Amino acid sequence: MNDSGAQGEVLYRESYGITGNDFEHGGDVATRVKSVLKELGIDSATVRRLSIANFEAEMNVIMYAERATLDLTVSRDEIRVAVTDRGPGIPDVEQAMQEGFSTATSQMRSRGFGAGMGLPNMKRNTDRFEVESVPGRGTTLRYAVRLVSAGAA
Amino acid sequence: MAPEPTSDAVGLRLAEIRDLLGCEVISGEHRLDEVVTECFAADLMSDVLAFSKPNVLLITGLSGIQSVHTADVAELSGIVFVHRKRPSPQVLDLARERNLPVLSTPLHMFDACATLAARGLRGGSKG
Repeated sequence: MNDSGAQGEVLYRESYGITGNDFEHGGDVATRVKSVLKELGIDSATVRRLSIANFEAEMNVIMYAERATLDLTVSRDEIRVAVTDRGPGIPDVEQAMQEGFSTATSQMRSRGFGAGMGLPNMKRNTDRFEVESVPGRGTTLRYAVRLVSAGAA
Repeated sequence: MAPEPTSDAVGLRLAEIRDLLGCEVISGEHRLDEVVTECFAADLMSDVLAFSKPNVLLITGLSGIQSVHTADVAELSGIVFVHRKRPSPQVLDLARERNLPVLSTPLHMFDACATLAARGLRGGSKG
């Protein structure tokens, strides 16, 4: 993938806090970011893809981590997100990327999550997806979607 | 196995779905004239996020706040809660804020799906 667009002019930047185990607010950040992207005039297919990735990331933090920050950066070429959490980390990222692999509790499943679809679904809905995790310290997800107007190759 | 498409998509207005399933309309009364052609039924929001197309009607027994967030981020056309489930006031507030039609039917999941399928609605899964 050509990453030259990553250095493009920043149109919007914001950070959002996510609190672990706060199921009652699980989805608030994804919904707020979605509203911002719509206001910026991003096309709805792109908003949908990124919102799904954001929601999955947010629920992962709520289910597994203590807290996290979601950093949103919108440029002319792409939208970048970094979700940096303080938490147990992922011991085996390759295993966690497999559909169906899950360490979810019954509480997580009662909320309709924890089926082992989160990370693979985030990757499917983004154009670039990276996981960096240090067991015992935390996980950082970095992902991006190209904007249609940027003329994807 | 999903049935083969046999004709052009059949659509039902949300108001017709309300009547067919005996629904109470919980929010989104002003959107009942909108037409739905496809549905996705699941209690697992992970599956909805992974496999549903946009603009489908979600049929679910999960009435927590994540069902509304899921419908919102996945650009679904509304939610039908089965088993006469009603969302909490917090969930209802979010549905209203997000302008999302939410209905509640006394039917169980299979019966609700079968009723809508019999009227020509299709499954709204991504290939």
